Amino acid sequence: MSAASLGGAFRTMLVRDLLLAWRRRGDAMLPVLYAIIVATLFPFALGPEHALLARIAGGVVLVTVLLAMLLALDNVFRGDLDDGALEQMLLAPQPLSLLLAARMLAYWLVTALPLLLVAPVLAYMLGLEPAAQPVLLLALLLATPLLALLGIVLTALTAGTRRSGMLLSLMLLPLAVPIVIFAAGAVGAAQQGLPWVAPLAWLAAALALALVLAPLACATALRIALDT
Amino acid sequence: MNAFKLWYHKLGSPPYFYVFAGYIQPWLWTIALLLAAVGLYGGLVLAPPDALQGDAFRIIFVHVPAAWMSLFVYGVMAVSAFVAVIWRPKMAEVLAMESAPIGAAFTLIALITGSLWGKPMWGTYWTWDARLTSELVLFFIYLGIIGLYHAFDDPRQGARAASFLAMIGAVNLPIVHYSVVWWNTLHQGTTVHYFGPSSIAPSMLWPLLLMTIAAKFYYGASLMGRSRVALLSLERGKDWVADEVRGDTAHG
Amino acid sequence: MTPTLASSTPPMIEARGLGFARRDEGVFGPLDFALSGGGIGLIEGDNGSGKTTLLRVLAGLLRPSFGTARVLGAEPGSETAREGTATMGHLLGLKADLSALENLRIGMGLYGHKPTPGPFAMLTQVGLEGYADEPVRSLSAGQKKRVALARLALLPARLWLLDEPYANLDRHGINLVNDLLTAHAAAGGAALVTSHGAVSFHQGVTCTVRLAA
Repeated sequence: MSAASLGGAFRTMLVRDLLLAWRRRGDAMLPVLYAIIVATLFPFALGPEHALLARIAGGVVLVTVLLAMLLALDNVFRGDLDDGALEQMLLAPQPLSLLLAARMLAYWLVTALPLLLVAPVLAYMLGLEPAAQPVLLLALLLATPLLALLGIVLTALTAGTRRSGMLLSLMLLPLAVPIVIFAAGAVGAAQQGLPWVAPLAWLAAALALALVLAPLACATALRIALDT
Repeated sequence: MNAFKLWYHKLGSPPYFYVFAGYIQPWLWTIALLLAAVGLYGGLVLAPPDALQGDAFRIIFVHVPAAWMSLFVYGVMAVSAFVAVIWRPKMAEVLAMESAPIGAAFTLIALITGSLWGKPMWGTYWTWDARLTSELVLFFIYLGIIGLYHAFDDPRQGARAASFLAMIGAVNLPIVHYSVVWWNTLHQGTTVHYFGPSSIAPSMLWPLLLMTIAAKFYYGASLMGRSRVALLSLERGKDWVADEVRGDTAHG
Repeated sequence: MTPTLASSTPPMIEARGLGFARRDEGVFGPLDFALSGGGIGLIEGDNGSGKTTLLRVLAGLLRPSFGTARVLGAEPGSETAREGTATMGHLLGLKADLSALENLRIGMGLYGHKPTPGPFAMLTQVGLEGYADEPVRSLSAGQKKRVALARLALLPARLWLLDEPYANLDRHGINLVNDLLTAHAAAGGAALVTSHGAVSFHQGVTCTVRLAA
């Protein structure tokens, strides 16, 4: 007999989720397309004036990425809930938080990483100063995992409900306000040539804390939502 | 400690709580209304008009207690929610979930009165002032909790899930507040400090304090009433509810 | 396994006054029964009598409302209990986008596996030779059930909790379930199986739990 190791179970879950995303890679592209389309709506709504667009570019890209990530959140547990795979995860001998950590990593890799790739392009199209570009990327690099962790914990809470899409935005967006403020604050400071490290340091600290707490909170949330 | 434990277990029993809440509810209402009547008289009639704002400032007698209550109720809800998630007593779930709409109502009142006050002060109904913005985010958090509670078919399951969300919100609220304050200074917002504790005249202070205490008693009264209704609905099918309903119809 | 050997080991499932109530309405119980290694327990009852709920309580997915249950000597749902238990529910937990083989590998990655047979040989044993790389979505309901049975037989669990394992299966499939159960019991394992009683059942049943609706 060979028992499954913790690392083996983590890897199994990660490979499973990436494989599932690959089999449906069209779906994985939808958040990216959504972000591109939403970002291009701003020049249409505000006019192509360069100075105005350059000033709002950082904020627009951040909010767009946040909304695109929200779009994909609802499906994080939906499929596994419908076919019983989530139950198999709950019953596996490994700690549920470990399996959920793999789920979170997979979600970030599949949803956030492609968004990180298009974000600089969108920011460039909106005319963000080159000096602020690396700061925007750094801010996104810290903000997107934080959003993923927080978002998946909240999604777990809605797992037992039937209608969760709109509800999830109502739950997530107010709690994501600090993330948006600090990330956009750093980009804004960089645009004005001010020091921008402090807000990013706060984001990094929050991320370190969330990396430890979110899988545990998510396991608790899931057990509450599924009444186990 | 032992007396506390006994009290905790007694009040944790729905039929006992139902009777207890029914008993204290009229008292809470009476005290709340009396205090509010005196406080409003003191604030609207006795207190002199403000040197700068004239009579417009009088909205603080509603706005400030409501704003304080919006946080106070959240605190009570978060503690009940914590107990509900960890030890799962039915009463803690009920108290947390029945607090949420009251807290949301206080938050909404604080927002509306704040914006009404903003018109004469800033010349606009809405400004992205740090306090108003925090209050708005708090309102959304309340709505999220209420929404999650009602999204479940089983009210007890919904109460536990929403309680967990309330706990996450409680951790997040100070962060929201400080991030909003930071954001406000970053963008050179015109933060007007309504009043410092030193600058308030005693003739304004005592009505304000009375109104604050009145708001607390109102919250207590409202919470007792709401919890009684929620208990009847949760415990329908139990003998004590059937007895209660039969008793009421016999009296009426 | 001889009865003496089975009774000398502590029971794999022990229920004392076990019952479950949803929203203060009784679903089943109180129940008293024990199931030892080498034994196969049958849970009988009509639709809505709480068969699935009983399995979910024993798996640790629901908390019992009254009474106690011990699974493999531990709390249901505890790490010891989960380590030695494999379940097959009404929902099979197979990913439709993945192949039969990939689904088996996921199960092995999460639960561990027996040294023999390998996943390929197991698929052959359940009559799915040549379907290893077929996505599960293209299989029939009965074939999906066979993939789930193959996964079950691969895991090192000593206790099986099976919810309606005969549903969707033809005569050969029913024989397959019975063969797997016999082999599992002969190796010292135990199984608790629900059935609404419509199928001709395995002969080696050592205990029967009747649930009233």
